[in-house]
Amino acid sequence: MSKMLEIENLKARIAGNEILTGLNLVVSTGEVHAIMGPNGSGKSTLAQVIAGHADYDVTEGSVKFDGNDLLELEPEERAREGIFLGFQYPVEIPGVNNAYLLKAAVNAKRKHVGMDEIDAFEFLKLAREKMALLDMDQSFLNRGVNEGFSGGEKKRNEILQMAMLEPKLAILDETDSGLDIDALKAVANGVNALRHADRAIVLVTHYQRLLDYIEPDFVHVLSKGQIVRSGDKSLALELEEKGYEWVREVANA
Amino acid sequence: MSTQQKELESLVNRRYEHGFVTDIEQESLPPGLDEDVIRAISARKNEPEFMLEWRLKAYRHWLTIKEPEWAHVHHHPINYQDISYFSAPKSDKDRPQSLDEVDPKLLETYDKLGIPLHERARLAGVAVDAVFDSVSVATTFKDKLSEAGVIFCPFSEAVVEHPALLQKYLGTVVPHRDNFFAALNSAVFSDGSFVYIPKGVRCPMELSTYFRINAANTGQFERTLIIADEGSHVSYLEGCTAPMRDENQLHAAVVELVALEDAEIKYSTVQNWYPGDEDGKGGIYNFVTKRGDCRGANSKISWTQVETGSAITWKYPSCILRGENSVGEFYSVAVTNNLQQADTGTKMIHIGRNSSSTIVSKGISAGHAQQSYRGLVRVMPQAEGARNHTQCDSLLIGKECGAHTFPYMEVRNSGAKVEHEATTSRISENQLFYCRQRGISEEDAVNMIVNGFCKEVFKELPMEFAVEAQALLNVSLEGAVG
Ligand SMILES: Nc1ncnc2c1ncn2[C@@H]1O[C@H](COP(=O)(O)OP(=O)(O)OP(=O)(O)O)[C@@H](O)[C@H]1O
Ligand SMILES: [Mg+2]
Repeated sequence: MSKMLEIENLKARIAGNEILTGLNLVVSTGEVHAIMGPNGSGKSTLAQVIAGHADYDVTEGSVKFDGNDLLELEPEERAREGIFLGFQYPVEIPGVNNAYLLKAAVNAKRKHVGMDEIDAFEFLKLAREKMALLDMDQSFLNRGVNEGFSGGEKKRNEILQMAMLEPKLAILDETDSGLDIDALKAVANGVNALRHADRAIVLVTHYQRLLDYIEPDFVHVLSKGQIVRSGDKSLALELEEKGYEWVREVANA
Repeated sequence: MSTQQKELESLVNRRYEHGFVTDIEQESLPPGLDEDVIRAISARKNEPEFMLEWRLKAYRHWLTIKEPEWAHVHHHPINYQDISYFSAPKSDKDRPQSLDEVDPKLLETYDKLGIPLHERARLAGVAVDAVFDSVSVATTFKDKLSEAGVIFCPFSEAVVEHPALLQKYLGTVVPHRDNFFAALNSAVFSDGSFVYIPKGVRCPMELSTYFRINAANTGQFERTLIIADEGSHVSYLEGCTAPMRDENQLHAAVVELVALEDAEIKYSTVQNWYPGDEDGKGGIYNFVTKRGDCRGANSKISWTQVETGSAITWKYPSCILRGENSVGEFYSVAVTNNLQQADTGTKMIHIGRNSSSTIVSKGISAGHAQQSYRGLVRVMPQAEGARNHTQCDSLLIGKECGAHTFPYMEVRNSGAKVEHEATTSRISENQLFYCRQRGISEEDAVNMIVNGFCKEVFKELPMEFAVEAQALLNVSLEGAVG
C-alpha cells in the first residue's frame, strides 16, 4: 500500500470566495474513502479542484498524485494519468454519440500509455460487458451524451465511463443521489468491481445507504472547506444518528 | 451627377489603355475590364459569335447596376479595374516540378486532411505528368461516360463542341440580369464544367471536378451548367478540399442546374478557398450564384454544401420548384472562424403543385466571425399542397462571434405548409471540461461537438467526401478555443 493522493493545506477560491480553507487528505492504494458533510461545505469544490476545473484558483497548498505535482497538469492529462471524476451534475452534449465519446476517452488513455487504438469490435464487446454489469440498456450507446437522460440514467452513464476507463483514482460526487434501489445496487456493483489493491475510490455522499453496499475504509467529514473529523465506517453511522451539528460542536470544542 | 455615376460613365467611355491583346501566346490579360477585354477572352477561346454576343449583353447590363449591399458582410470596395480577367493555365514549365518546391505549410494541411499523395501534387499545382500518370485515370473514366452517352467536359469545350445544347439552356436558370455578380460572371467567365445526362440514364459514376484534370486551373469566374434530361440521375461533386492560394481576391461563379421530368441532380460542394489569415488579411471573396430549376414533374434537386473557406462567402444555392411534385433540398454546414464572414442560405420557390422542400442549415462561428443565414421560402398561389420544412441551427464557439438568422417566408397559397425551426447554442465550458476530464483534448472535444452538430448534413454527402469534410472542419476550427 502506497500513498496515491496527498493533499496538504489546500486553499482554493471561486469568484473570489475561499471555499477550501486548508484541507488535508491522504488516500493510499487499495482504499475506499467516503467524504460527507453539509451542503455547501466544499465537497464538489474539492472534486473539481482535483480534476482541474479552470474556474477554481488554488491559492495555497499542494496536491500530489503518485508523488508528482498534480496542479501543474491540464485536466486531460490528469484524466489520462488515471483520475476519474463522476460528476454530481453530468453535462449533456447533444449530437455527440455516447459510444463515440466513450471510445475517444478510452483511446486517449490508451494512446497515453503507448497502446494502439481499441478496435471497434473489441470496444463494443467491452462496452456491452460493462453495461450488463450495470444493468444498462445498450440503446444508451447510440444516444447523445446524457441527452435527455433521466437523473439516474446520467449517474449510471458516469459509472459506465468509469468502468470502461478503469481509473487509478475514482472520485464519485454524489453518484448515489437520485438513484432508485436497483440503480443504487447496479452502481455499487460497478464500483465494487473496480476495487483493486492498485486503485483507490473516493465517494462523496450524503447517505449511509450507499456505504451499506460499498464499505469504506475511512469516513471524513468536510465542513467549511476543511476535514474536521475522520474515522472508520462507524463514523457514518454515528453521523446519521446525530447529524452534522454534532460534528460542528465537537470541532469547535 | 453622383460620383458613383461619374465613375460608371468614365468606365463606359474609357478605352482599354493597355491595348488590345491578341497575341495567342500571351498568358494573361493585364488588369482592367471593357468590351475589348471581353472580345479578347472570347477570341482566345475560339468561341462562336453567339457566345461573344451573350457576354457583351451581360457586360452592358452589368455596367448599369450596382454591387448589392444588403448582405450582412463588410469589405473594402472591390476595384473591378484592378482584376485581370483572363489567365491561361500555366504551362508545365512554370509550375513547381515536384512537391519539394511547394509551400511546406500547404503540404502540412494536406497531410492533416489525409489527401492522397498524387492528389496533393495536383492540388498544389505541380505539373501532374511529372509526378504520376494521370492519363490512364482520365481515360478509363471518359470511356465509361461516353458509353453511357454522358457529356462531361470543360465549359469552354462545350461552347465549341455542343453549342446547340448549351445555347438551349445557358442563362435559363440564372439569367445575366439576375444580379451584379451573375452579370459580371456572364460577361467574363473563364471556364467551368458542362454536364449533360441523356434521357433515362443513371450516370455510372459520381462526377467530380477532381477528375476533370485537363481543366484543373479554371479561373475565378467559373460557370457550370448541368442538364439532367428526363428520368436521368446524376451526382456531382464540386470543390477543392484543400486551401488554394490565389493571387486574386474575387471569386464569382455561376452554377445552373436543370432537372427535367423525373430527373434528379445531387450537387455537393466542399468549399475551402483561402480564408485569409488570423488578422483577416487576404482571402477570397466568394460571391456565387447557384440555382437549380426543377423544370419537370417529379424532378429533384439536392444541394449539399460544406463551406469552411473564403474570407467572405455570399452564396444562396436555390431551387425553383416548377414541376408538379418536384423536390428541393438544401443541406448546409458553414463554418466561420477568426475574421471570416458568411452570408449564406437558400431560396426555395414553390410553383408546382405538391412541390416540397427541406432546408437544414448548420452554422458554426468561432473567433470574431460573423455568420448569417438568409433563407427565402416563397409559395406561389398555384402551388397547391406545397410543403417546406426549415431547420436552422447555429453553434457559437467563444464569446466574440455572432450568428444571425433572416428567414423570409412569402406564402401565397393558404393550403401550403411551411415550418421553420431555429436554435442557437454555444459550446459551454462545462461541456469542454467534461470531455477533458475523460482524457480528450480541448481541440478534439470541440471537433467532436461540432461534428455531432453537423451530423445531419454530413450524412447527405458521398462517403469519401464526408470524411474529408469532417477533417476539413477540424482544420478550420484549429485554435478556435483556448
Ligand atoms: N461561482 C461561484 N461563486 C460563488 N460561490 C460559489 C460558486 N460556485 C460555488 N460556490 C460556493 O461554494 C460553496 C461550496 O460549493 P460545493 O458545490 O463545493 O458544495 P458541496 O459540499 O458539494 O455541496 P452539496 O452537498 O450541496 O453538493 C457553496 O457555498 C457554493 O455556493
Ligand atoms: Mg456537491
